[in-house]
Amino acid sequence: MPRKMAALASVLSAGALLLTGCANPSTGSAEDDPTKPVTLKFWHGWSEKSEVKAIDASIARFEKLHPNIKVKATGNVTDATVNQALRAGGSDAPDVVSSFTTNNVGQYCSSGMWVDLNPFMKKTGLDKTKVFPKTLLDYTSYEGDQCALPLLADAYGMYYNKDAFAEAGIKRSPRTMSELRRDAVKLTKRTESGGYQRVGFMPNFRLYQNSPDRLFAQWGPSYFGKDGKARLAKEKAAKEFYATTRELIRSQGGYGPLETFRTSFGDEMSSQNAFLTGKLAMHMDGEWRGLFMKGAKFKWDTAPLPVPDDRPETYGRGYLTGTVVGIAHSSTHQNAAWELVKFLTADTDQVVAFANAIHNVPSTKAALTSPKLDSDPTFRAFLDIAQNRYSTALPPSINGGQYVTSLQDFSYGVEAGKVHDLDAGLQKLDDEIDADNLQAQN
Amino acid sequence: MATLTNAPALRRKARRERLRTLGFLSPWLVGFTVFFGYPLIATVYFSFMHYNQIEAPTFVGLRNWRYVLEQMPLFGPALWNTLWLVVVMVALRVVFGLGIGLLVTRIKSGAGFFRTAFYLPYLAPPVAATVAFVFLLNPGTGPVNDILGNIGIHAPNWFNDPAWAKPSLVLLSLWGIGDLMVIFMAALLDVPKEQYEAAELDGAGAFHKFRYVTWPSITPIVMFAVVTGVVQTMQYYTQALVAGKLASGVSIGPGSVIQPGYPDHSTLTVPQLVYSLGFQNFNTGAACVLSLVLFAIAMAVTTLLMRKRAGLLSAED
Repeated sequence: MPRKMAALASVLSAGALLLTGCANPSTGSAEDDPTKPVTLKFWHGWSEKSEVKAIDASIARFEKLHPNIKVKATGNVTDATVNQALRAGGSDAPDVVSSFTTNNVGQYCSSGMWVDLNPFMKKTGLDKTKVFPKTLLDYTSYEGDQCALPLLADAYGMYYNKDAFAEAGIKRSPRTMSELRRDAVKLTKRTESGGYQRVGFMPNFRLYQNSPDRLFAQWGPSYFGKDGKARLAKEKAAKEFYATTRELIRSQGGYGPLETFRTSFGDEMSSQNAFLTGKLAMHMDGEWRGLFMKGAKFKWDTAPLPVPDDRPETYGRGYLTGTVVGIAHSSTHQNAAWELVKFLTADTDQVVAFANAIHNVPSTKAALTSPKLDSDPTFRAFLDIAQNRYSTALPPSINGGQYVTSLQDFSYGVEAGKVHDLDAGLQKLDDEIDADNLQAQN
Repeated sequence: MATLTNAPALRRKARRERLRTLGFLSPWLVGFTVFFGYPLIATVYFSFMHYNQIEAPTFVGLRNWRYVLEQMPLFGPALWNTLWLVVVMVALRVVFGLGIGLLVTRIKSGAGFFRTAFYLPYLAPPVAATVAFVFLLNPGTGPVNDILGNIGIHAPNWFNDPAWAKPSLVLLSLWGIGDLMVIFMAALLDVPKEQYEAAELDGAGAFHKFRYVTWPSITPIVMFAVVTGVVQTMQYYTQALVAGKLASGVSIGPGSVIQPGYPDHSTLTVPQLVYSLGFQNFNTGAACVLSLVLFAIAMAVTTLLMRKRAGLLSAED
């Protein structure tokens, strides 16, 4: 029996050692010489023809400046693919990676999956505080680890149908939540059978970009306290935000009918987009929407989203996010990779050219004030939102965007009228976020 | 004395026999070790570790277990949905598959057409079939609700209603019942005709013939259908994920993370939660805990079903 036990113990120990050995993906190094010939693998998320053309043009400009560095770009890559490739390691893993969301930056930094760029900036004399706006630096770092840099930003505002406004006798876009509700009701048109021809403003959280954190940004909430614990239950704005949303839904016919109407909408990025086809009179979206509005059969304009009635001075604010770029921990060409990251994020001419090409907000202080920027007034509105001192981004978290997902889940329940005790619900949400964050710690 | 003299030779023979047996068994043993034994040990090991698939794993004791069983709000709904699907979907699939099997074995003319018609949907890939169902049952634009509306029936919101989302998945699975229909058909055609004739001579009607002739003959096949159905439904993933994502209408772009289970977690299954934890949140330890819980439940249910006292199988089966 002892021999059998010893044999079992040996097998289990060998298994555990094997598992431990398998558990560490390869790590890279910054020992390379960036002046030596090298081919970098760069993964990004752009997939539209015009966008791919723009990023390819940027890469061509970089290769002209750095003849020794070739860049092999792969587009339409999701965060999930990047995550899995970098965790699995291997020779095909990318050197430079980008993400369309800032939500995961905290996880990228805290896990060491994207390397800290501070030493590279120090080595090449780039003062990040002089180059990038503070909000953008905040959403690309976690606890001092600057593992990403902003590669263009996104600002969220309102698109509105000027023809529908004129028809309803509304002179200008709403600036407060009360005005939004009043205008939304005026602009909503029902059918005889109880359906909708057009909804004034659909706040439903599953509509295209209507993730709850984006509209909630108009209240400028604090998600975490100084102790790092979730504090939504203590945030007075949370209750105001949900009350406003519920009131917007109720005043336009109720959650069920609005959801049924929403399911009839076409794809967000297609010509069947509900705002483009006139099914929505006002719509929250990012600055890139302008590119997709070329074929609109009505006059349209842009404006900041309304703010709470008791905070009129904050009008002009909006939610900020953007594309971020970093260097993979497994890259063995990190110095060369840094040259590409530095060019894409900090070279003013490059940033302006790329911003104009894909209709995004530039992400450096110099580029934001560049006279070469697109002068289209509908785009300028978003540049103003990006520079507004009240505009906010989501705070990074060790668990990436998990707390945003939890917030979304909770918000779906609230908008459907299934959360009867908001205080208790918010406290439960805080507990859930804290438990998730604790679970993510080593 | 002769036995003692031949003892070494006998031992050598026995050893050779053992080696030969092991040789024949080795492909299975290698497969079992690599694809079952190793993953199982790894899952148990990682269930006690903090491991984000980047940093080296660290021992955290029962933290992952406590997190899943006590703190994770989605564990309850996912487990409930999975068990609901196991009970309802498996039961209805067996009843429906058997019913269709009985029907097509009794049809005198056009049997080939009906067998093909019922089998064809099974050949549709699960994703394509789900996309089609979500389109057909779309409450805003789908033809099913239009038709029901025209004949005065107030149709539900199907995949967009938490109360109807799981039944919609069951409908989808019944549409693709062809696999079970073929198995039941084979079993039904295998029942000796003379037993039916004897039963008829005894004055048995259709129900009694089914109860006393057909059912005892096909119970092993029913048992097979139930056990494989339970195991498959415990792993239910693709259709629920695709239906939830499509019906929600939420844009899925390179930067978006979609929480599975739309609407209101009503289509969230344990396998989806395992994927979400392990490969979206990289919470490997918790994903392993959840996998082990699912494994334990599947083992328990299967063992229960396989026990002869369940009454479905006789000793000869």
